[in-house]
Amino acid sequence: MSNSLRTPAAQVRGLGAAREGTTHYIRQRVSAIALIFFVPWFLFSVIQAGKGGYEAATAWIASPLNAILLVLALGAAFYHMRLGMQTVVEDYIGKTSTRQALLILNTFVSVGLFAATALSVLKIWISAG
Amino acid sequence: MASQQNADPRPLSPHLQQWKWHWTMAASISHRVSGCVLYVGTVLIAAWAISAAMGPEAYATVEGLLLSWFGQLALFGFTAAISYHFANGIRHLIWDGPGAGFAPGTASAVSVFNFAFAILATVGIWSLVYFV
Repeated sequence: MSNSLRTPAAQVRGLGAAREGTTHYIRQRVSAIALIFFVPWFLFSVIQAGKGGYEAATAWIASPLNAILLVLALGAAFYHMRLGMQTVVEDYIGKTSTRQALLILNTFVSVGLFAATALSVLKIWISAG
Repeated sequence: MASQQNADPRPLSPHLQQWKWHWTMAASISHRVSGCVLYVGTVLIAAWAISAAMGPEAYATVEGLLLSWFGQLALFGFTAAISYHFANGIRHLIWDGPGAGFAPGTASAVSVFNFAFAILATVGIWSLVYFV
């Protein structure tokens, strides 16, 4: 006999918690705390940098401090975004195949956008010498 | 059960039409909607960063797109979404951390405040864009 509090039927159906909830919850909030600092900095800076066209934009990104902060901000933002969309998909999509396809797509989009933007920042920083 | 073999039997969240309208409910669904708007909106940020890495011609193309009326409208929507998600996100952290602000009156008042903050911040940011 098992000491589990779950009924034998519940154990056979295997529909308990997915055991990942707490980790997801903490990561969502840790990335949110980081974004409290990154978002105002990014918005304020990007408005200034965006007004001067290509030269001003690349000069802003090429500054080492800005490049480092940008890569960190992009990491926090795309990670937070992936976790958030995962919750939305899991909340509303019941059909397993559709749900899994959307969850995989969500990971590809988030990781793809992070790699593309972070590498763009590094390219501008490094080629500015 | 046969018809549900492809469906995960875990319960789904109740949809919008299951809820009676009130401030906290509007604040909650707006947080989710603004999050989804931001998800799509990051494509604009990505296009901007990638074009800057590609060179002046690519940058000029994306800049032209962002400065067109629909580009500006999209950026305005992005700003409104980020302003709201920012304010209401801090409220979520206060709920989860210190655990304050759960009283119905407080929760409704903070919801109204967050909507007001989002409107004022959006107007403030676009004043910075056009007038500073």
